[in-house]
Amino acid sequence: MPPPESSSSETALLAALRGGDENAFTALVDAHGAAMHRVALTFVRSSAVADEVVQEAWIGALRGLDRFEGRSALRTWLLRIVANIARTHALREARTVPFSSLALAREAAEHEPALPTDRFQGPDERYPRRWVSFPTPWSTEPDNALLSAETRELIADTIARLPDGQRIVITLRDVEGWDSAEVCSVLELSETNQRVLLHRARSKVRVALEHYLTTEFS
Amino acid sequence: MNNEFSCQEMTEVVTDYLDTALPADDVQRFERHLSYCAGCSTYVEQMRETITQTGMVPREETLPHALRERIVAQFRTWKRGN
Repeated sequence: MPPPESSSSETALLAALRGGDENAFTALVDAHGAAMHRVALTFVRSSAVADEVVQEAWIGALRGLDRFEGRSALRTWLLRIVANIARTHALREARTVPFSSLALAREAAEHEPALPTDRFQGPDERYPRRWVSFPTPWSTEPDNALLSAETRELIADTIARLPDGQRIVITLRDVEGWDSAEVCSVLELSETNQRVLLHRARSKVRVALEHYLTTEFS
Repeated sequence: MNNEFSCQEMTEVVTDYLDTALPADDVQRFERHLSYCAGCSTYVEQMRETITQTGMVPREETLPHALRERIVAQFRTWKRGN
């Protein structure tokens, strides 16, 4: 997990950077550049555009250096710059769903159950809203399909097909491992809406795994 | 009994539970339900497994070389203009 505040080594790095030290700059690029590039790719999908976004983000960071006061982690600050620039590019690409916090909030407000309602007993059945039949446990044998590269690919494909908000939130939370405060800060999203999007995304990935693990291997 | 979570509700609040965002009395209801419901125990276990597996999706760990070069070149331009 990233530290909540700028660490002392970051402070030293920033001081060197303000003095124009190239080694300090490349140290920063090597520490945060790959994460910034992955975030850009999550937003814009085209790798050429993602490259532009990352380049612009570093220019923005250099220009804004004096405004960075160390109240947030340097990493969060850089990622927020990337997200803002990526949003602008996505708009320019004329995407149907720009990643404004409003669009994400709207996506979160749509009603969508975690599982199809027919997995549960109806109001007139014996145990309303309880399982029709229990989910089948997944094998925990060491050689089971869960550990395979194919499973990872299935997860990546499932995530790629999710609606934008769900795709971005699960990528940042579960693939990138950000905590919820950082995701909310970068996406300008409320905790509640962030969790709704995460919940839908995870529920769908679970369903994809369930289908794969219980249809192909039993 | 009306106060208990149904299985369907369990599948809707599981992310709040795992994110420790569920109010204390709901945490109790959640855990009480888990203690007697094998189906929901399996479900919650699978949600945890889903998170673990998603965390193992491969990521690009270094910046593409050409892009890194362009960024460093930008820095030199910035430095000259500063």
